[in-house]
Amino acid sequence: MKRALIYFFIGILFGITMIKSEAASWFRIYEMFQFKSFHMYGIIGAAVGLGVLITQLIKRFKLRSFFGAEIQITPKAKLVKAPLIGGAIFGLGWALTGACPGPIYVLIGSGYFPLVIVLAFAVLGTLCYGWLKPRLPH
Amino acid sequence: MELLFEPWPWYIGGPAIAIILFLLLFTEKRFGMSTNLKTLCSIAGAGKKIPFFAGDWKSNRWGLIVALGAAAGGFIASNYMTNGTVGVIHSDVVTTLNEMGIAGAGKDFMPAALFSTDVLQQPKVIALLALGGFLVGFGTRYAGGCTSGHAISGLSDLQWPSLVAVIGFFIGGLIMNHYLLPYLL
Repeated sequence: MKRALIYFFIGILFGITMIKSEAASWFRIYEMFQFKSFHMYGIIGAAVGLGVLITQLIKRFKLRSFFGAEIQITPKAKLVKAPLIGGAIFGLGWALTGACPGPIYVLIGSGYFPLVIVLAFAVLGTLCYGWLKPRLPH
Repeated sequence: MELLFEPWPWYIGGPAIAIILFLLLFTEKRFGMSTNLKTLCSIAGAGKKIPFFAGDWKSNRWGLIVALGAAAGGFIASNYMTNGTVGVIHSDVVTTLNEMGIAGAGKDFMPAALFSTDVLQQPKVIALLALGGFLVGFGTRYAGGCTSGHAISGLSDLQWPSLVAVIGFFIGGLIMNHYLLPYLL
């Protein structure tokens, strides 16, 4: 229960960040793909720059979590076709709806209720992927 | 204090995202939001027919709690942490969007033409949102992650499949933005 509260709190911070930084804004995503603003690139660049530092420090010094266990970072599957093709399919949807899987919840909470349609069809899309997975190139 | 109500510049937003990554890693989780879509399929019972969704979804319950918190955070930020302004959108972008019938850039957080409650009576917009949602759900699971899992977590861990995925995001995104959106909107 205590841990559930921690994750809920992290979620709140994430939601606030997505709105205040405008990373959840359709206009910002559109502007990013038009290469007309540094804003989104600055956000991703700063997040990844600090993220590299955090991740490498964890690995180098085998840092422990707040709960005491050694932090495990699972590597991504070593594939090329799946991240490239899947990534491009996601990119099409991202540029159309402006919605990454995280901001979908944030925007629904903000009162943009048509995002419920995006969420429902995102679940359907995930379902279809799971069904077709054995027949897709990876 | 102004930071609570003004839109955040990138050098606040980026580090704030890194703090989320830090908090999730130090609470023994990872930063990846698309897994929730798979969890929802599992909860709905998809595992009975499709092996991909079988197994114990309860280990991913924390992700749904983060998503619930994200919705609460969105509500708080949109209602109580705003002075009604949004960041400046490049004037070329405002012009291009106005010509395409999408108003509100630089004034509203989201375009009303796509996300106001009125669109629930417009079959064309509903179809576009459904198509976009489907592509997001299919693509992220195929790619093995989204912007948080690949672009932030994966690149931070110097994972090359994540770099491939981010290149994929931009291939798809640029095609949609430059070649398809002008016809779809």
